Amino acid sequence: MQTHQFKPDLPPPRQSIGAMAWLRDNLFSSWFNSLLTLVAIYLIWLIVPPLLQWALLDADWVGQTRADCTSDGACWVFVKERFGQFMYGFYPAELRWRVDLTALLAIFGAAPLFVSAMPRKAFYGIGFLVVYPLVAFWLLHGGMGLEVVRTSQWGGLMLTLVIAAVGIAGALPLGIALALGRRSDMPTIRVICVTFIEFWRGVPLITVLFMSSVMLPLFLPEGMSFDKLIRALIGVILFQSAYIAEVVRGGLQAIPKGQYEAAEAMGLGYWRMMGLVILPQALKMVIPGIVNTFISLFKDTSLVIIIGLFDLLNSIKQATTDPAWLGMATEGYVFAALVFWIFCFGMSRYSMHLERKLDTGHKR
Amino acid sequence: MSEAKLEPVIADRMIEMAGVNKWYGTFHVLKDINLNVRQGERIVICGPSGSGKSTTIRCINRLEEHQQGRIVVDGTELTHDLKHIEAVRREVGMVFQHFNLFPHLTVLQNCTLSPMWVRRMPKRKAHELAMQYLERVKIPEQAHKYPGQLSGGQQQRVAIARALCMQPKIMLFDEPTSSLDPEMVKEVLDTMIGLAEDGMTMLCVTHEMGFARTVADRVIFMDRGEIVEEAEPNTFFTSPENERTKLFLSQILH
Repeated sequence: MQTHQFKPDLPPPRQSIGAMAWLRDNLFSSWFNSLLTLVAIYLIWLIVPPLLQWALLDADWVGQTRADCTSDGACWVFVKERFGQFMYGFYPAELRWRVDLTALLAIFGAAPLFVSAMPRKAFYGIGFLVVYPLVAFWLLHGGMGLEVVRTSQWGGLMLTLVIAAVGIAGALPLGIALALGRRSDMPTIRVICVTFIEFWRGVPLITVLFMSSVMLPLFLPEGMSFDKLIRALIGVILFQSAYIAEVVRGGLQAIPKGQYEAAEAMGLGYWRMMGLVILPQALKMVIPGIVNTFISLFKDTSLVIIIGLFDLLNSIKQATTDPAWLGMATEGYVFAALVFWIFCFGMSRYSMHLERKLDTGHKR
Repeated sequence: MSEAKLEPVIADRMIEMAGVNKWYGTFHVLKDINLNVRQGERIVICGPSGSGKSTTIRCINRLEEHQQGRIVVDGTELTHDLKHIEAVRREVGMVFQHFNLFPHLTVLQNCTLSPMWVRRMPKRKAHELAMQYLERVKIPEQAHKYPGQLSGGQQQRVAIARALCMQPKIMLFDEPTSSLDPEMVKEVLDTMIGLAEDGMTMLCVTHEMGFARTVADRVIFMDRGEIVEEAEPNTFFTSPENERTKLFLSQILH
């Protein structure tokens, strides 16, 4: 009998690897690609050097007043002097440690959740999600031994983060519930969910905030009022949950019918089937969409400006109208943009990391 | 419902289908199906595509709902009562054509899911049980891999192990080898033969006539939603009574 001799694996030809090959393949593969490369280089040369000149090389960094800004570049003294206001709004200066402590607790409290090998992670996570909001509210708002700081004094980045965090924490579970409801077999539940989603998707967030702040009190009984911030938070949660619901529904629809059938055939009931089999896959699939919604939620927090809450952007806007610092609008808004960008970019990177980590598809 | 547990007419009867009819919209997909399966009996169902054979076995664990007739599984009648449906599903394991393993869980987690969440078994016991069945289908070394890392044949064997982890009284196979590469059909069939030798009550929808010959107690031929012929394998393959059966056999046995 004959035995077939298999040929050995050979290395790839030399001209397909290395830096020169990369340049040729990616930047100068055709005359059109070469043209695009050259135009892009020209644009970078036009934009980046002047920007660096203004923001870094010609900028003023030291001093206390506007008079210390003598050069042509950016006056970062303004941002430095008003930094406290940008971060905390009108939160009393001597109590700002409470805000810092809340943030530190969030960071160190959540850190174990990012350690893959931690045992009993689910229990810890649920515990954290229950305990932390109570502690955070107590620290920020006060009461029970702490001096009360009314929410009208909250502001700056702190307020932005509070709205975003509460919005995300509220909108995600509500959105998932709405998505499941919209696909329910029970017509009543389906109709309620569809109506809810279509209503909130159909109105602009500004309208929602406006109604929550101006119109809602008209409908409430005399003397009954609740906090402006809480009303805005409820508005944000309901509004964003409708978007999350549609994103999650997209994921649910992408799960093959066989997965439902396998789970049903095993005797898992509806909730265990959803919780153990369907949702873990569906949510993983729509991470980009969910994070997209979170990023837009984070940026939309700046709309609370129209109901008179002083979030990061409004604090900066207000500071630029200070007669002592006239003409600092550019620096202020560039700083606001930078802070927003850092948070949004962080979320975006984290979502990419999550996608890679959770990818068990092993597509070949 | 009046009676949850019906006294089976014959003591060892596992499945009783009597006058079962089903429609998809106006399409009459199952016509007056009568089928009784004793405990330990191995039944192979064959027939052309669209003949209702998959639908028949999917009615047994209520993945499909029948509209007329009676289906009693291990003394429990299938009705709209969710408790009955879940009770039946706990006793019936199912293996699908496309495996339907859960891709986000490891092989071991796929196997321990129902023991832990349906049977409320402690984690360690569920692990032991799962490993025992994974050894039985001869892939204990793959326990910590994800389904996507396995070959089709391995995935189907995991699916069999997963169904066995429910410790079911009945196993349903819905074309278990139809989406496998030819090289992998044998390993799955060998697993199924092993299972049959241990006395499991089995219903297999399959085109593997070799399997039907060696393992089946009865072969059922379906066409257009009806049971056309029902016989023990020897009779079925050598002297089928019905013209339609002969034609079918002549087309698949070259």
